[in-house]
Amino acid sequence: MSGQGIVRTGLTLAAIAAICTSLVAATYQATHERIAANEKALLEQSLEPALSGLFYDSGVSESRLVLRPPHALPGNDPALIYRVFAGSEPVAALFAVTARDGFSGPIRVLVGVEFDGSVTGIRILQHRETPGLGDRIESTRTDWVFQFEGRSIGDPALTGWAIRGDGGEFDQLTGASVTPRAVIKAIRDTLLYFDANRDAIFAAPATVEDD
Amino acid sequence: MSGDWTERLTTGLWKDNPGLVQLLGLCPLLAVTSTFVNGVGLGIATLLVLTFSNALVSATRRWIRQEIRIPIYVLIIASLVTCVELIFKAWFPTLDRSLGIFIPLIVTNCAIVARAEIFASRNPVGASIADGLGMGAGFAALLMALGAFRELIGHASIAGFSFADSGFLLVILPPGAFLALALAVALKNRIDGRPGR
Ligand SMILES: Cc1cc2nc3c(=O)[nH]c(=O)nc-3n(C[C@H](O)[C@H](O)[C@H](O)COP(=O)(O)O)c2cc1C
Repeated sequence: MSGQGIVRTGLTLAAIAAICTSLVAATYQATHERIAANEKALLEQSLEPALSGLFYDSGVSESRLVLRPPHALPGNDPALIYRVFAGSEPVAALFAVTARDGFSGPIRVLVGVEFDGSVTGIRILQHRETPGLGDRIESTRTDWVFQFEGRSIGDPALTGWAIRGDGGEFDQLTGASVTPRAVIKAIRDTLLYFDANRDAIFAAPATVEDD
Repeated sequence: MSGDWTERLTTGLWKDNPGLVQLLGLCPLLAVTSTFVNGVGLGIATLLVLTFSNALVSATRRWIRQEIRIPIYVLIIASLVTCVELIFKAWFPTLDRSLGIFIPLIVTNCAIVARAEIFASRNPVGASIADGLGMGAGFAALLMALGAFRELIGHASIAGFSFADSGFLLVILPPGAFLALALAVALKNRIDGRPGR
């Protein structure tokens, strides 16, 4: 290619790159507010099940604590804690933690804990368990996750926080006990963490995200 | 002109269907077709990207030298996919979440580069758009058919409305995708009356 050819080719590439970049920039401008709103709505919607029946008034998504690993909660990715207040009274804490010993990959679990230490609600936020087997932990497939509502450490006792097959008090899923075992362990460890750190959790200032 | 369009569309939809005949873009095809809605979503996203990338490649073909055509295709396709991804995130957030990584991965769908190289870089804009629509629709139709089939048999539901407790699990698992595609290819060859090779 001659010297002039290279310059021309370079200019063509630059021009096309500029056009493509403006296209993306324009689309971003047109969509980013909606996308941010969708993400907030999704978050609030996904926390909703663990909030039902509580009386609270704070913006839950603004009260977020982010614990970077290593932390004492289940999982070795960031754990999230949303604090719920009525006035200045702490009402509940919602945890997003990760069970790492599922059948295939991490299971992200939402654990809602009332101030007295009892479970307000459990939901599976994300998982890759096998369809038809492990995915029955989803609240839309079976009511397996509802059995934890109102339970706490002490009800049942610590050894009871296991599936019946292992001598515990909770239902398993037929033909798929690896998944429930992992989820129950994550819930139990979260409740233990809450009991041990309750005052610190509600006193900590919200994490400011810099991303 | 209109005969030309019909021909371009039927070529993509049936005769040279990118999934069934050229066997291109199999990764998303196999990965997301576990439900009908996913098939529709990825099908439409691919159709949009393919049509616009054909149009842009064809419109700029006079200025593009041979040596830089591949980087230019990559630029055009990657930008279009980013736009489609943003649009899905803004207006179809649920669909976007269930398709996940497979929307950005449209970039790597070789069916799109293939049409840019084989067709759009040598034909006028109108014909290239027709080609993109035809090929895109062919790919989308296959995604929808596989999605509907796998959801029907595997989940015993259709478009999310379930009519039985459980289906035949194998069909939703990855091997089921290959089996379903094989059935579709066999069916097409049967209809076309082509003897097995
Ligand atoms: C392909 C395949 C996928 C499986 N997926 C899961 C799963 O997602 N969750 C699970 O707990 N067990 C799964 N299992 C079953 C486990 O290997 C194990 O057999 C089962 O959890 C034991 O449950 P049981 O004690 O009730 O018999 C799967 C097994 C196979 C062969």
